[in-house]
Amino acid sequence: MAIWLTKESKVIVQGMTGSEGSKHTRRMLAAGTNVVGGVNPRKAGTTVDFDGTQLPVFASVAEAMKETGADVSVIFVPPAFTKAAIVEAIDAEIPLAVVITEGVPVQDSAAAWAYNVDRGQKTRIIGPNCPGIASPGASNAGIIPADITPAGRIGLVSKSGTLTYQLMYELRDFGFSTAVGIGGDPVIGTTHIDALKAFQDDPDTDAIVMIGEIGGDAEERAAEFIKANVTKPVVGYIAGFTAPPGKTMGHAGAIISGSAGTADAKKEALEAAGVKVGKTPSETAQLMREVMS
Amino acid sequence: MDLFEYQGRDLFERHGLPVLGGGVAETPQEARAIAERLGGKVVVKAQVKVGGRGKAGGVKLADGADEAQARATDILGMDIKGHTVHKVMLAETADITEEYYLSYLLDRANRTFLCIASVAGGMEIETVAEEQPDRVAKIAIDANKGVDEAKAREIVAAAQYPAEVAEQIVDIAVKLWQAFVAEDATLVEVNPLAKVGDGRVLLLDAKITLDENASFRHPDHEALVDQSAVDPLEQAAKAKNLNYVKLDGEVGIIGNGAGLVMSTLDVVAYAGEKHGNVKPANFLDIGGGASAQVMANGLEIVLGDPAVKSVFVNVFGGITACDEVANGIIQALALLGERGETVTKPLVVRLDGNNAEAGRAILDGANNPLVERVDTMDGAAARAAELAFAGK
Repeated sequence: MAIWLTKESKVIVQGMTGSEGSKHTRRMLAAGTNVVGGVNPRKAGTTVDFDGTQLPVFASVAEAMKETGADVSVIFVPPAFTKAAIVEAIDAEIPLAVVITEGVPVQDSAAAWAYNVDRGQKTRIIGPNCPGIASPGASNAGIIPADITPAGRIGLVSKSGTLTYQLMYELRDFGFSTAVGIGGDPVIGTTHIDALKAFQDDPDTDAIVMIGEIGGDAEERAAEFIKANVTKPVVGYIAGFTAPPGKTMGHAGAIISGSAGTADAKKEALEAAGVKVGKTPSETAQLMREVMS
Repeated sequence: MDLFEYQGRDLFERHGLPVLGGGVAETPQEARAIAERLGGKVVVKAQVKVGGRGKAGGVKLADGADEAQARATDILGMDIKGHTVHKVMLAETADITEEYYLSYLLDRANRTFLCIASVAGGMEIETVAEEQPDRVAKIAIDANKGVDEAKAREIVAAAQYPAEVAEQIVDIAVKLWQAFVAEDATLVEVNPLAKVGDGRVLLLDAKITLDENASFRHPDHEALVDQSAVDPLEQAAKAKNLNYVKLDGEVGIIGNGAGLVMSTLDVVAYAGEKHGNVKPANFLDIGGGASAQVMANGLEIVLGDPAVKSVFVNVFGGITACDEVANGIIQALALLGERGETVTKPLVVRLDGNNAEAGRAILDGANNPLVERVDTMDGAAARAAELAFAGK
């Protein structure tokens, strides 16, 4: 078992015929993901060959779901069209939409989120600006490399892609149930808290790695949640202790505004909630090692 | 991107919001000309992106063009909390009778927008919120429904703005929201929103932040960038599509992925504590798929910083293959040599993940005395810090 993405998941790709979309569709297939088709209204009715696997292209998410039973969509469309793609996924009520696209205007992300709330939140949105979600050995929706780690019993939730890979790599001898990259934007569909809750409820996850970074107060709120609701051990890591205030550090959401959003405040909040916080990624892996052995 | 007050004033004017006449000057002569055009009493205001300029002497009244020129002479070049004043805004004066506050901003925690409205303007809203919380109204704004007349009335009622200005503020609240959306802002703050002697309500200051992710639909926003404040290395990096932030240390940093690079800065700073307190010199994320060309561009920028004494290349190969990165580094050094920019500073390289073994073998095979391979992030950071300290 895993959270949100399992061997049974049927995945479609919005933007499958684009360069990023086709590259990663190929990688997802190679990882054993059950990709069942793509969406592009201008190429509807055609099929695309991925090393021998023929995938149909549908006109809409709704049609793709009807024809294939898809329950996950991975979105690889350019920033200008991302809002429309998410709205289409919400309208089709697909259970999970994973938005990889980086550089989406925050008003678009906020509008898509408000639309999802209005429609009763039937769709879980992960991202935007995220590497996706991977349940090793079962399925992979996004761009997380599938061969870093085998399946295991650690759950991971992170704002950062490469730090996710780093921790998966350092703990590959234990393996992971699911790794969720929630993305580094100021407005995202799935939060640390959502993932913590799902891992707490997942019988196949024993411990959780939580990776945060400067900006906003998501980590502080996650700390409150952990204190009240999470009984499984949580090990944390925060990036950006040396980041200067007022500068965006790569991710649109990674910015210290005045005295808010600092790494120190996040670390303190997590430690106050009983979370062990590593000083470096390797030290964080070591803390998890101690938990797991 | 944060705007200067004068840019905010212009933006408000373009969106039909009531502001006072004004202009921006970079020299006392320009200030004089603007004062002549405006006529009568003017206020001369330092243009800096930091609060507290009034207390620092950056805002002065002037009666006529002579005085305006003199005040501009005083204020231009002034240092306000580390910000040099390069521009002053001149504006007509107003006979303020009451000061209010109004802003729209992104509310990250609730994934929506927020209106903050108060009858207590002219001071920091944080202070008002702390000392008189009942005078600060916070109203959630639905991203799709926005602020129509009904919502604006709700805001006006919640803030308890006086009845005689209510209609004007309803109109302002609607137009301010339209400007917020049209410009892809994440913050528009009006403090003070002022009632003046003749009963009009005017927007007398502007604090605006625009979303850089939305720049693809706002080609005009490029002109709002303050070139005087842009670090030349940051500018050069931007021209090459590199995500670079200049910092004030000695260890140049190149990595892939924003989170990993931020983490690299931290790990280098910790390591520096044992090596003369050297610190990271920059943030540079070369992203996925680091080709030789991208690596060369990155190295060129980082090595172009005279403060850099050593460089730490920290790559975790996810999708990126480490053998390609290693080839990129070797080719980049050769490329820089061909350009006549022979590299003399030591590089510490840590490669892990996808094809790490092959990448390490390429580095070893190249046998470049400047390139040192260390296979753990913490170990490589320590070595880069040590080399930077030795090179100081």
